[in-house]
Parts: sequence; structure tokens; C-alpha cells
Amino acid sequence: MHLAYPAVLAALLFCTGLYGVLARRNAILVLMSVELMLNAVNLNLVAFDVWLRDTLHAGQALTLFTVAIAAAEIGIGLSVVLLVYRNRGFADIDRLTDLADDDARARTGAPASVPAPAPAAERQTTGDAAA
Amino acid sequence: MTTVSTVTLAALVPLLPFLGAVAGLLLGRRAPGFVRPLAVLPTAAAALLAAAVAVRQGTGDPTDAATRLTPTGSVPVDLALHLDGFAVLIAAVVGLVATCVQVYSTGYLRDDPRYPSYAALVSLFTAAMFLVVYSGDLMVLLVGWEVMGICSYFLVGHYWETERARSASLKAFLVTKLGDVPFLIGILALADAAGTFRINGILTAAGNGDIAHPTVVGLLLLAGVAGKSAQFPLHTWLPDAMAGPTPVSALIHAATMVAAGIYVVARLLPVFALSGAVLAVLATMAAVTMVGSALSALAQDDIKRVLAWSTIGQLGYMAGALAVTDRGAAVFHLLSHAAFKALLFLGAGVLIHAAGTNSLAAMSRMSGLGKRVPDAAWTTTVALAALAALPPFSGFFSKESVLAAAEHAAGGRTDGVPVPVGWTVLVAGLATALLTAGYATRLWLLALRGSGPAAPDRGPQPASMNAVLWVLFVPTVGLGAAVGLLPGWFDGDPLAPTWTTSILGTGLVLVGALVTYGAWQTVRARARLTPLGAVAVPGIPVAGAAREDEPAATEITAVATHEQVYGDAVSAPDPADPGRLLLGPLHGPASHGFHLDAAYRALFVRPVLAAAGLVRFLDREVVETYVRGAGGGPRLLGAAVRRAQTGNVQTYLTVLLAGAVALAVLVAVGA
Amino acid sequence: MTTPHAAVLAASSAPGFLSPTGVEVVFVLVGLVTLGAAVVAVTTRQLVHAAMWLVLALGGLAVEYLLLTAEFIAWVQVLIYVGSVVVLILFGLMLTKAPIGRSPDADSGNRPAALVAALAAAAALVALVVDAFRTAWIDLEEVQGSTEVTGEILFRHWVLPFEALSVLLLAALVGAVVLSRLRRAAAGDRPDRQGD
Repeated sequence: MHLAYPAVLAALLFCTGLYGVLARRNAILVLMSVELMLNAVNLNLVAFDVWLRDTLHAGQALTLFTVAIAAAEIGIGLSVVLLVYRNRGFADIDRLTDLADDDARARTGAPASVPAPAPAAERQTTGDAAA
Repeated sequence: MTTVSTVTLAALVPLLPFLGAVAGLLLGRRAPGFVRPLAVLPTAAAALLAAAVAVRQGTGDPTDAATRLTPTGSVPVDLALHLDGFAVLIAAVVGLVATCVQVYSTGYLRDDPRYPSYAALVSLFTAAMFLVVYSGDLMVLLVGWEVMGICSYFLVGHYWETERARSASLKAFLVTKLGDVPFLIGILALADAAGTFRINGILTAAGNGDIAHPTVVGLLLLAGVAGKSAQFPLHTWLPDAMAGPTPVSALIHAATMVAAGIYVVARLLPVFALSGAVLAVLATMAAVTMVGSALSALAQDDIKRVLAWSTIGQLGYMAGALAVTDRGAAVFHLLSHAAFKALLFLGAGVLIHAAGTNSLAAMSRMSGLGKRVPDAAWTTTVALAALAALPPFSGFFSKESVLAAAEHAAGGRTDGVPVPVGWTVLVAGLATALLTAGYATRLWLLALRGSGPAAPDRGPQPASMNAVLWVLFVPTVGLGAAVGLLPGWFDGDPLAPTWTTSILGTGLVLVGALVTYGAWQTVRARARLTPLGAVAVPGIPVAGAAREDEPAATEITAVATHEQVYGDAVSAPDPADPGRLLLGPLHGPASHGFHLDAAYRALFVRPVLAAAGLVRFLDREVVETYVRGAGGGPRLLGAAVRRAQTGNVQTYLTVLLAGAVALAVLVAVGA
Repeated sequence: MTTPHAAVLAASSAPGFLSPTGVEVVFVLVGLVTLGAAVVAVTTRQLVHAAMWLVLALGGLAVEYLLLTAEFIAWVQVLIYVGSVVVLILFGLMLTKAPIGRSPDADSGNRPAALVAALAAAAALVALVVDAFRTAWIDLEEVQGSTEVTGEILFRHWVLPFEALSVLLLAALVGAVVLSRLRRAAAGDRPDRQGD
């Protein structure tokens, strides 16, 4: 098999994940996209490991480690997102702008950090509407 | 007693007032009770030690002692003492005057809130003067010289609340510094030629002819001397320095600091004598100073300014004596002048307090001022006689010794002194003797022989002030008796008056006094026609207010209001002034020091101010523009960059990634 | 690109792209499905659907691993990713009350910039990879990643990193628990959060 096939697939998957990270608003969707990017890397690792016939199989071992670390990452990431959601009532990463320069934010008119409105009721209505 | 202990005593002399000054500055606020003892006792002890050193040293060979604390490069600087007849006698007189001034100050400035720092500065000044006198090393001498300068600055500016005192202190500092810069260069040139800063070494080098350019070096040193000793053309600071308290005027601006310049020339006289040109310059300087200052003294209204101009003139006598290379006569006059001029200033302080004004025009319209303060009146009378060089007072002997030396040189009998130099000093000295008698008589007549309403009764003067006057009275009267002893202490040249100059000089003095008396009698009638109200601007109290006023407060009020009262800072439009009659059209220029200040203002001050204005303009408008541009550019850039700080991590990440891709593509394409 | 010696030899005898082998055809087809699923997963407006499409993409990757003869990795992929990670993500969506159905605000305002950046990155990466590896050939005659082989190298050569990794996992577990634990004091005034 040509090495180019898995390599190109990995590159395209990586960029897809990249698009997701940059374009998604919901933090959980961003985490999903990160998983896609990690998987693209994994594919690369496996393909090159097979191609090189490495006696130590470093590529496959590293893939396993990556999988484990990705699992840990998704766990921590999700708990962070949950915490953010609990504290603020939303998990939209383009609204988490507390690190912004205040003057700049005031000038661009972006919303300041919302001081925890009653998200439950708000979400409830949207949820109802969607249902 | 061994020589070593004499040196130890001599080392203690500057050290004691210095320690007193340090202690006074440290304790001044916390322990007010210690201030007066700390001011008077170290100075008095130093005076006693200086007297003991003088007695021990006697007429013996000069004592030298030196220690080197640390290596100082190519030309070593030693802590050296040089004790000879000049040094020990001057130190004794400095100690006497300083002690008198400290005692006097306890009464004169008794209520002054800044008395602790004042007393400490006077002590520090005394220490510096002792250092100058005893030092055997020019660098150490320069240290004392500069410390005196800065003390003078602070003490002249003691009443810094008044504009006159502030500007006078600045002027004194800057003008003397103007002379000190060439002085320092001259010292360095001397040390470079001689390979040492030790005065003995320099004198040896001068004797061997090792000094390469004696004229240049001598002129450089003379600039410093002219600044310190208030000789023409750097004398202008001294009359203005009278804005300081009277004891300061007595100590610094009459008896000691201004004498330092004369003393340095006396110590280095062989160096100056190497060049006839330097002696000629010194003689011209002295002659111009003598005559000009005497004319100015005749036109002043402020009693202290009369004395200040007179000081400049007497320093001119000393400089003249040095120009004819007779340092014995110069130092003799220095000693007697220190005594009677200190007495005159301190007496003037009492008179100012008693009269409530420093204006002679106002004093001449009071009767019985002398009866209010009999001690001051008597001692001042005698001191004025000494100033005018009437026999048998000390001034007569010292001035005659100067004139005799000049006459000796004019006759061509002094080696190395050009005959014209001798004639210049002799003629100027005789003319000044006439004028001195004139202004001394005028001062006496106006201050103590006034007529009109009785002088205000301000109660008895403090005993400390009166006692000091009588202490200084003794050398004023008696120093002339030492004329036979002093040559043994000095170079051995006879100092006794010669018949020719004595008769000539005393005759001129009598003429001057009688002419002034006649003028006074002529104009006296006018004084009754023009009461003080016609002279002074009405409405401003001429006399100080309170009966129990502090003496210094009276003085500062008088100095500060003189211009408002009389329309002029230095003279009064008084038709009853004999000086006005005697000087005629010269009176106006003379009262303002022949407008030398105005000339300096036009020649130096205005160009400097204009240059400063130009620099200011360049700095504000040109350099600042660059600075503002340098600040404004980054500010704009920062404002632009701040807009990117939205806090949205997706934006950040997008930009980061785009940058990474762009870089990768660039590298790939470039490779 | 410094190509290993064996690879150069293999490449010299490698067939061209116009005559694909069977494995290659399958790989490309599965790859297209995977890529399509991934693209849908990052573009769909239905959040739960996105997770489902992610399952498809990850599963497709597992097949690709199998085709690359890395069978153990493939099963791990199915177990961990499809089995647990996606479940976790679904839990996360549920706990944050993600709307079911189409949500109009699934994408942020950064979308055009993201598209440009992603396309640029893709173009650059693909161009680079194709340029570098167009002649490289993988010989799949010998199985490279059987469970036996993987277990052997993992517990012979990589045992120390493996143990370290277990510590990391434990730490992550503890961290996740600590972070997501409900704080009584903070949650006290919002009892409605308890039910989430």
C-alpha cells in the first residue's frame, strides 16, 4: 500500500478536526474535534510504524499511550466544561472572554462575562422548543 | 613639652569645632538645651588651644607634621600641618573672633528657630578656617576653602524667607566659585610642576625655578583669591552678603573667610613673586579695589554695607602689601583688621537693634542713640578710629606697615618688585587712607551724632553682646603695641611705621576727617528741614515694632524693607548726607558699586539667560517632539494590538495556526 | 526527506497509483467514509448527531488500523474511543443541556476564518505529504501489530512508560472527580442544579 494514502487521510482528518476546534461554539464539540485531531495523529503513527518495520514498534506503543492520554484528556476536559457550565450557565467558548483586555472588549462591544443568569430556565425553554 | 604635643594640640584645633558642629546638627532638634554649650564651648576650647599653640610655637622654626591616610595616585595628598608664625597668630585671632561671634550670637539670635543649624554651621565654618590656616597641603587647604564657601552660602541665606537673602547667598556662592575653578586649576598646575601638594615642596620648587609658567599659575591662583577675598572684579558678592545675620558678617565677611585668600597668597608668596606681571596685576587689582570700595563706602546708607565696602578696601590694603612682597605687613593688617572689623560689625549689630533700622539716614535723625547703647558707642568709636588709622590704635600701625612696604618698593629697594608696582600701591593706599577717614567719620557722625527725636528705648542690650564688644576692644586698641614683637614671628622685616609715610598718611587721615566734618556741618542744617518723613516713604514703620524685639528680627526687617522705605536697596535720598556733598555727581554710581553688577548683568547674566532660553526652547520644542513621537508610536501600536485582545481563544488559535502555516509555507518555498 | 534504505528498495519496485491493489481500494473507500463522517461531525448543527457521526469516523479509523495490520490498536480504538470516549461526550452533552435537534448557534463567528485556516493547513499538509511520500510503499505481507507482538513490546520495552501512564490516568481520574464534584456550598443556593 502506498504510504501516501494513510498520510493524506491523516492530514485531511487533522484539518477537519482543526476546523472543528476553530469553528465550533459548544465546548464539548470542540473537545470532539480535538479527538479527531488526535486520531489523525494516531493514524500517522501507525502507518509510519508499519512502513518502517520498527523492531520496537515505537509508533504503535506511542499510539496506545496517546489513546490513554486522550481518554484522560477527555475526562478532565469534560469536567472542566461541566464546571464552567455550572458556574456560568453556558459552555460557549466564544463567551468565555474573561482574559480579554477590558478596554478592547468595551470598544468592540463584546459581552462581558455574564454573572450567572438563571440558565436552567433559559435552557429549559430552548430545550422545550427544540423538542 | 615636646613638639609632638604641639602638633596634637594643633590637630585638635580644627577638630573640636567640627565635632561640635556635627553634634549640634545631630542634637539640635532633640536637645535644645545643649545647643548653646555645643556652639560656644568647642569653639572657645579651640580658641584656647590655638592660643596655646601660638605661645608654644612662638618665634621658633616652623613645625611640620604629615600623615598619609591612603595612596592617592601620582601626586600624593597628605594630611599635613604647617605651623609657623603666620599660621599660629592667624589661628589665634580666628579663634578669638569665632568665640566672640558664638557668644554674641547666643544673644543676637536668641529666639531664632534655626539657631541650632546656624550655630553648627558657624562651628563648621570655624573648623574649616582653622584647617585652611594650619594646613601644609594645598589639597587639604582646598577642602577647608570649599567648606567655608558652602558655609558662607548657607549662612548668608539664613533668612531664606526674604528674596534678598536668597539671591545674595546664590550670588556669593556663584561668584566665589567662579574664582575657585581657576584656583583649582592653578593648584593642580603647581602640584604638577612641583610633584607634590605640600606647600613646603612647592615653595622649594619655586625657589629652584621648577615652576614652568609662573605668570599663568599666579594669575589662575589670583582669580580664586579675588573671589574669596572680594577683590575687584569679583568683589560684588560681599556687599550683598550683608543680607546674612550681623554675627555672620562679622565672622565670615570681615575677619576670617575673606582673609583666607590673603592668607593663601601670603603662604605662596614666593610663587607669586616669580613673576613681575603677577605682582603688577595684584597691585592694580588692589589699587582699583581700595579706591573704588572706599568711594562706594562713602555713598552707602546701610551701615552694614558701609562696613562691607570698607572690608573690601582693607583687603585691598593687604593685597597691596602682598604685591610689594611684604607678607609680614599683609598679615599684620589682617590681624588688626580682623579685630577692629569684627568689633565694628558686632557694634553695628547693637546699633541696628537699638535704632530699629540699618539706615544711616534714619539714625542721623535720632538723638542720643549713643547714650542708649554706651558700650557699643564707645567701642565703635575706637574701632572707627582704628579703621581710619589714627594713632595709637592698631589700624594705624598695620596700615603704616603696608604703606612703608609700598614706599620701600616704590623706591626700588625691594628685590623683584617693579618700581611702578610700589608707586601704584603707595598712591592708592594714601588716597584710600584719605577716603577711609572720610567714610569712617561720616559713619560716626551720622550714627552717633544724630539730632532729632530721641532714639527709641529698647531696653538694655544682652550682656553677652556687650561683653564681646569689650573683649574685641582690647586687640583693637593694643595690637599696635605688638609691632616690635611681630617681625620675629614673621619674616623678620621691620613693621614699625616710618616717619615719611606716617606723617603723610596721618595727615591725609586728618584732612579726610576734617573735610567730612565740615561737610557734615554744612549739610546738618538741611537735616532739620527734611525730617525723615520727607526721605522715607510714609506709612511703613522705619523702626522695629516691639520693645523686646530679638536683635536679629530687627535687622532682617530693616534689610527687607529698605527698598520699600527709601526707594533704593543701598542708598537713601538724604540731602543731609555729607557723603552726597563730598562725592557730588559720583554719589549715584558709587552707591551702586559703580554699576558693576549692571555691567555683569549685561555682559554675562543676560547672554547666559538667553542661551538658557534657547536651550529650553530646543529642548521643549525639538527634542521633546522626538520624545513624544517615540512615545506616541508605540502607544498607537499598543492601541492597535489591544484590539486583538478579545479574550476569544478561537480567534487566538486561528491566528496562531495561520501564522504557523504561513511560516511553514514560507520555509518550504524558500527552501 | 531521508528515506530508509529498505523503503527506497521497496519504493523502486512499488506499483503506480493507477493500478491500486485491493487493500488500497478498500482503504481509500473506508477513508472517504471516515473523512465524510468527520466532516459532517464538525459541521452538523445537531449536537447529538455530531457525536454519532464521530462514532462513525472513529470506527472507520479502526477499520483503517486493521487494514494496516495493526489489529490490537484497532480493537483498542473501538474499545476506548467508540466505547468510552463517545459515551463520555454524550454524557457531557446531556449534562450541559445541549439542545436536541438543530441549534442555529452551533458554530461561532469564527467560522469563515476557521474554514480558511483549515483549508490552508490542509493544502499545505497534503502538498507536503504527497511530495514527500509519493514513492513510499508499505509492505503489508507481514502482520505488524498483532496482539502478541504488541503485548510483547509493550511489556518488554515500554513497561516503564506504561506504568507512568497508569499514574497519569489515576491522576486524571482523581482530577476529574474533584472538578466535577458538586460543591455543597456553591450549589446550596441553586438546588435545581442537583438534578443534573
